[in-house]
Amino acid sequence: MGKTLSDKVWEQHVVRTAAGEPDLLYIDLHLVHEVTSPQAFDGLRLAGRPLRRTDLTMATEDHNTPTLNITAPIADPVSKLQVDTLRANAAEFGVRIHSLGDLDQGVVHIIGPQLGLTQPGLTVVCGDSHTATHGAFGALAFGIGTSEVEHVMATQTLPQARPKTMAVNINGELPTGVTAKDVVLALIAKVGTGGGQGYIVEYRGSTIEAMSMEGRMTICNMSIEWGAKAGMMAPDETTFAYLKGRPHAPVGDEWDAAVAHWQTLFTDSDAVFDAEVSIDATQLTPFVTWGTNPGQGVPLNAVVPTPAGFADPVEQAAAERALEYMGLTAGTPMREIKVDTVFLGSCTNGRIEDLRAAADVLKGAKIAEGVRMLVVPGSARVGVQAVEEGLDKVFIDFGAEWRAAGCSMCLGMNPDQLAPGERSASTSNRNFEGRQGKGGRTHLVSPLVAAATAIRGTLSSPADL
Amino acid sequence: MDKFSSHTGIAVPLRRSNVDTDQIIPAVYLKRVTRTGFEDGLFAAWRNDPDFVLNTPAYAAGSILIPGPEFGTGSSREHAVWALQNYGFKVIIGSRFGDIFRGNSGKAGLVVALVEQSVVEQLWALAEETPGVEFTVDLATKTITAGEQVFEFAIDDYTRHRLLEGLDDIGVTLTHEAEISAFEATRPSWLPKTLPAKVAS
Ligand code: SF4
Repeated sequence: MGKTLSDKVWEQHVVRTAAGEPDLLYIDLHLVHEVTSPQAFDGLRLAGRPLRRTDLTMATEDHNTPTLNITAPIADPVSKLQVDTLRANAAEFGVRIHSLGDLDQGVVHIIGPQLGLTQPGLTVVCGDSHTATHGAFGALAFGIGTSEVEHVMATQTLPQARPKTMAVNINGELPTGVTAKDVVLALIAKVGTGGGQGYIVEYRGSTIEAMSMEGRMTICNMSIEWGAKAGMMAPDETTFAYLKGRPHAPVGDEWDAAVAHWQTLFTDSDAVFDAEVSIDATQLTPFVTWGTNPGQGVPLNAVVPTPAGFADPVEQAAAERALEYMGLTAGTPMREIKVDTVFLGSCTNGRIEDLRAAADVLKGAKIAEGVRMLVVPGSARVGVQAVEEGLDKVFIDFGAEWRAAGCSMCLGMNPDQLAPGERSASTSNRNFEGRQGKGGRTHLVSPLVAAATAIRGTLSSPADL
Repeated sequence: MDKFSSHTGIAVPLRRSNVDTDQIIPAVYLKRVTRTGFEDGLFAAWRNDPDFVLNTPAYAAGSILIPGPEFGTGSSREHAVWALQNYGFKVIIGSRFGDIFRGNSGKAGLVVALVEQSVVEQLWALAEETPGVEFTVDLATKTITAGEQVFEFAIDDYTRHRLLEGLDDIGVTLTHEAEISAFEATRPSWLPKTLPAKVAS
């Protein structure tokens, strides 16, 4: 029987296997940020252990960093301590770091691909649940906790029980105005937030093949939002073209050797997945969330659902609570929901393609009265590229705030937060209670919907303009 | 890590599903650089709500948490596990958990006991019938004793073994150092390295 893509990558990284024990997997790339690493570095220090492979490790500052006045010292002393601690740890252990103000600083899942460090067939880990983003390149990439961060630092390996495999077949041409974000939001609404638990999923089919790397990353990014261990896509010419010429991509003979290997990374035609899900892309429309988990979503042209409509009593109770938290009434058309803030950014939709798509919609328009919009590039380099293309001007002329790179309002750890009761349309990946600030209400949307919403002030798509 | 064999403590029914890691501890509480002190952020949004279960005096000193399905989904923050432990929880009993949360718990020594949702419902009823009642969770026999009743729970064998023995994971892996080095020697030269650093010109 043939092998799936994830079987191949998994098996190529098994250092040791023993009955009754998880496989010991070798880790090719370890990305580190300020929030989930300090206790891991401390652990190494306490045990007197070195960091085994500094040449496979890279750190950046993203979660906690300000997006305004980035050259001034960080105002919040606790945030400052955490960032300073990362800098000191990186210096002590010899880890490469891209600090605030550096051109390669940014959200960890944006800078790995941007530098060409994220490559097909690698194992990539990071103390961050959105690490699956790197799976868009055919890497086996997953988020880990701080104890595991320390484990990788000390051993460059991780003991891992082997998950099952699932295929997500997405076929057909996406209708105009429907993006990768809508695909993944529709998928999660269909399978539920726990639908992928215990699986490495492979997104495949003609819709994926036609997608840019940016779109593919948006989909893989949200794998964790339906519980999957990792999300992967087979590398192809689009992948190779994206990588070619990037700072850490192989060159010359090594490029050829790498491509020859990458071309073996696909699911064999006779391989069997443990589970399969299918999505007809031609039937999709812009998708938005109404509730407090990413599975609580509906098409933009639908209405806020009625809790009684859910057959499962647990879902019904969750829906009731979500409507109360979100301050919504069942039956209200989604399009009539008024927002206060629009957030364009994050590792889901903070890449150059996302900024271009939004700027295209905004060009020449004015922001709706009473609405504020934050545009936060995913990395400093995305920011520079946007400036070179004049996108910053489009955003500023429109009335949006153009900020420096980082996670920002995606998780509201820095000053970019929603006030209690404030409602946002956000291109990020989590609409959890309080995610963007205590009491804040989040609707997850695509960059196109974010832009149209900023113009109209209510959840909208470009087709409504 | 300390060995875990069994624990007896107050059972806390948390009748909510999808309690994600942002609910367990919001991001603003993640700024500490230690593993302690996170109890102040535990369930922060609900701590001022008089109806919240931990604000009922009988449950306040609870050490066995029984949440609804999909507990600990979302972020990889191990701070969620530390916050629960810092507060005093030793065991979480539930039907479905976020994978990373479950993995983090096993590493940090918080026991995650898997049972069917129907068992969760029974445990909720027992814990609510007599607020402050103590349950006993025994890892060796994989059982939960609640009054007269005994329920079995599931936990993967390897995690259970590590918890029972109090093993240091990194120490165990480092005994396989020779195999790690042998594997490293076979890695192709074109694989990316972060050092020396290269950046776009
Ligand atoms: S942008 Fe948001 S989801 Fe992505 S790494 Fe930062 S906080 Fe996490």
